[in-house]
Amino acid sequence: MSELSVKHLLGIKYLKETDIQLIFETADHFKEVINRSIKKVPSLRDITIANIFFENSTRTKLSFELAEKRLSADVLNFSASQSSVKKGETLIDTVNNILSMKVDMVVMRHPNPGAGIFLSKHVNASIVNAGDGAHEHPTQALLDSYSIREKLGDVAGKNVVIVGDILHSRVALSNIFALKLQGANVKVCGPKTLLPKYIDSLGVGVETDLRKALEWCDVANMLRIQNERLDISYFPTTREYTQQFGVNKKLLDSLDKEIVIMHPGPINRGVEITSDVADSKQSIILNQVENGVAIRMAVIYLLASKIK
Amino acid sequence: MSEKVLLSSKEINIILHRLACQLLETHLNFDNTVLIGIQPRGKFLAQRLTKILKEEYKVKHIDVGFLDITFYRDDFRRGDKTLEATKTKIDFLVEDKNVVLIDDVLYTGRSINAALTALQSFGRPKDVELLCLIDRRFSRHLPIQPNYRGRQVDAINDEKVKVMWKENDGEDIIYLVNR
Repeated sequence: MSELSVKHLLGIKYLKETDIQLIFETADHFKEVINRSIKKVPSLRDITIANIFFENSTRTKLSFELAEKRLSADVLNFSASQSSVKKGETLIDTVNNILSMKVDMVVMRHPNPGAGIFLSKHVNASIVNAGDGAHEHPTQALLDSYSIREKLGDVAGKNVVIVGDILHSRVALSNIFALKLQGANVKVCGPKTLLPKYIDSLGVGVETDLRKALEWCDVANMLRIQNERLDISYFPTTREYTQQFGVNKKLLDSLDKEIVIMHPGPINRGVEITSDVADSKQSIILNQVENGVAIRMAVIYLLASKIK
Repeated sequence: MSEKVLLSSKEINIILHRLACQLLETHLNFDNTVLIGIQPRGKFLAQRLTKILKEEYKVKHIDVGFLDITFYRDDFRRGDKTLEATKTKIDFLVEDKNVVLIDDVLYTGRSINAALTALQSFGRPKDVELLCLIDRRFSRHLPIQPNYRGRQVDAINDEKVKVMWKENDGEDIIYLVNR
């Protein structure tokens, strides 16, 4: 297959397995490009992309912007904190105003789940979801799977555990969809209060004992406790959380195999993982960041080629 | 659709040897010369020429690379299909080198134009030459001509030149296909 089955990237939920493979194969080529001394290709020189961020982001925004620039697209950056959104403008109006300046693609992060889907139904541009509330963060899941594929050769058949705040995490949901689609076995691990009620319906295992989860897995994806989304107290203290669900070197070394440690960032060092784990050779955290640019280049390239 | 054999395996073999000799005449020991096959189909021709140069003409060392031009093409979004990339493999710098670009068929010249742009990402070559097995004359869109050509062909736009290689397609043969 040489083209995506979708016009927008709204979530992994809407992708097919073949789409993921196509994105990975394309990302392989872009990874070679970004490791050259001249890291730029002229493919998207007639495409304009707006990055619209209604929620704070450093890494994702930089990664998208870099990917767009490496493809020679023209880039507009917009953050809601300095805009007319504060003056009461609606989402559709804001985006349509931007689109009337002849923008072809919109990369959007929004605090409300489904914002990208809503927008895709009302405006005439390709939409890339860069995170919508606690719903999905598709490019993060793609780069996570891509990093696993790079490190272990394949995603299918691997045991992956996602540890931490599953309830509020869009990274967890997108990762579950992506990993299941590629045939990996997935478990989630965290305090019961931070596991969604209907988690079983996603076809993933649940484990509340971190040691057991780590003994089972090939890869552990450690999530951050999203203090900004915790409206009520889900666990007594951060210290207690760290004791139960934090990974330290001692725990890692006591396992009878070498597992791969991942983290989508930003890391709270000493909470979900200790510094010596984050910086150990088992960690592929910085590879994830590098792969993020290649994956986003692939997604943008493939979507842009469907714009006529 | 009808197919006509343009060149047989034997003819291809003779032409390859002639092209190898012509390269040898200009570049002698290939000290400062690199061969770059344009992906996907120029790769086979580049490999074949290298093999002849090394085995039959005893050239000790030749740098050979493969260049993918997908991201440099000027028809992005102009066709129906997404342009699919292949692998680029150039393990050397082309800075101050004599580069020989190699492709199987020269048609509009747009691929070569893209290849020249792509090549800039790997340094500033001393000079660039072009070698092609089949030159479809009278069909150029750009002022690009080969320095070394296997066979010149007058083909109309409805016709397609299909180059098959033993290592990829089972036998060496070139067809002129009428669509």
